[in-house]
Amino acid sequence: MVKGRDDFVIALRSVFLKKKDQQKFSLISLIILSVVIIILSNFNFKPIQLVKLGINEVIYRSSYVVSVPENKIKEAIAKFKSHLDFYKNHQNQLIKIENADEIKVLNTILTAENKRLRELIDERINSEDIFARVLIDRESPYLKSIVLNRGTKDNVKMGMAVMDRNYLVGQIIEVNYSNSRALLLSDLNSKIPVVIQPPFLQAVASGTGKDHGIIEYTKDEYKENQIENEAVVYTSGLAGIFKPGIPVGKITNSSEQLSFFSDFGQLSFVKIVEFKIGEGQ
Amino acid sequence: MASLNKSTFFRSFPSYLPIIILFFSVFNEFDFNYLKLDYFSFNFIFILIFFWTLRNPDYLGYFSIFLAGIINDVVIGIPIGISSFCYLLICAITSYIRQITLSPKFINDWLSFIIAVLLINSIQVIILDLVFLYQVDYMSYLINSGFTFLFYPLFFILFNILNSKISLKQND
Repeated sequence: MVKGRDDFVIALRSVFLKKKDQQKFSLISLIILSVVIIILSNFNFKPIQLVKLGINEVIYRSSYVVSVPENKIKEAIAKFKSHLDFYKNHQNQLIKIENADEIKVLNTILTAENKRLRELIDERINSEDIFARVLIDRESPYLKSIVLNRGTKDNVKMGMAVMDRNYLVGQIIEVNYSNSRALLLSDLNSKIPVVIQPPFLQAVASGTGKDHGIIEYTKDEYKENQIENEAVVYTSGLAGIFKPGIPVGKITNSSEQLSFFSDFGQLSFVKIVEFKIGEGQ
Repeated sequence: MASLNKSTFFRSFPSYLPIIILFFSVFNEFDFNYLKLDYFSFNFIFILIFFWTLRNPDYLGYFSIFLAGIINDVVIGIPIGISSFCYLLICAITSYIRQITLSPKFINDWLSFIIAVLLINSIQVIILDLVFLYQVDYMSYLINSGFTFLFYPLFFILFNILNSKISLKQND
C-alpha cells in the first residue's frame, strides 16, 4: 500500500516537475502561469487592460487571415444551398412582393403619424451609423459572437447596437483600438427587453446558444394561446440602449421560440448604431 | 548546397506539422460548425493535444500548447487563460498515463481520453459558470464531449500515419 502511494507520488512529481528533452518549461510552471493570467485578466488595471487589448488586436487580425480558406468553404456551401433552394425561395419572394405594395402604403402613413406624435411629446431619436466588416464569425457551441473591424478609433463604444440591414443582431461587448466584439442575440448570455406585437406584450428575448431565441418573463396571457398565428418581436427600448421598434424576429403559434429575422451565420457587413434618445433638439 | 538545405527543410517540416495544425485549428476553430448540423460539434484540439502529448510529446511542446490556449480564448471570447489551463491539464493526464503505462494500447488510450475530456470540460464549465458567471449550455458540452470521444479513433489513425511518417523522415 505504502509502495503504491510512493509510486503515485513519484509519477506525479515526474509529470509536473520534470522537463523532457524537447520541453523548455515544466508543466507545473505553465499551469501556474495560466492560473495567474486567469486571475490578472479579471482586474481592471490599466497595464493589464492594455496588454489584453494588444493581444486581442494581433490575434483577431491573424485569425482573420488564417480563416480565409474556411470562409471560402463556407461561402461555397452557402452558394450550393442557395442553388438548391432557388425555386422555393423564388415562390416565397413572389408572395412577399404581392403584399409589399400594400404594406408600403400603410407604412408611410404610420411613419408620418409616429413622427408627428414624437414631435407632440417633444422626443427625438437620433442615430449614428458606423459600417463594419465581420472579421471573425465564430459559431462556437459555447459563445455566439462576431469580431468587427471597427474599434475605439472609429468611435465604437460598449453597448452599441449591431444591425444587419434594419434587423437587430447583437450588441458590442468588447472594444479594442481597431476592432470590437459583438455578442449575438442567439448567445445564452444575451437578454434584451422586447415587445411582442400583436398584442403588445412586454417580454425579454433571450438567446439559447442555438440559431433561435426564446421569450421569457412575459404575462401568462402569452402562454394562454392569446397570440395570433404570427407575432413580430421588436425592441421595447426600455433599457434605454436601443431605440424602440427595431425588428428582432418573429414567433409563431404562441410558441416560446423566437426565429431571428437575420441569419447570423451569413453576416459579412453590419451597421454599428448608437441611439441618442432624448427630449428636444 | 541548395539541394542539401532543401532536403533538410523537407526532412524537418513534417515534425512541425502537429504544431502547425494546432495553431491553424485554434485560429480557425476547426469544428465543422458551418455545416449547421444541429448539436454537432467536437473539440479537435483536445484530440490533437491528447494524441501527440501521449504518443510523441517531442513534437508538441508545452509552451506551444500554452500559447495555443491563449489564442483560443481570445478567438472564442472567453476569459484569457482558461483554455491554456485546460490544455495543460490534458498534458498532465497524458504524461501521467505515459508514466504508468509500459506498452500503450489504443483501447486504453481511448477510455482514458473520455475520462480526460469529461474532466476537462467539467472544469471549464465550473470556471465559466461559477467563477465568471457565464451562462453555459451543459447539454452542448456533453454532446461535444460525446462527439469528441467518437471522433478520436478516426484522428488516431490519421495521426498515427503522420507520426510514423515523421519518425521515418527523422531516421532517414
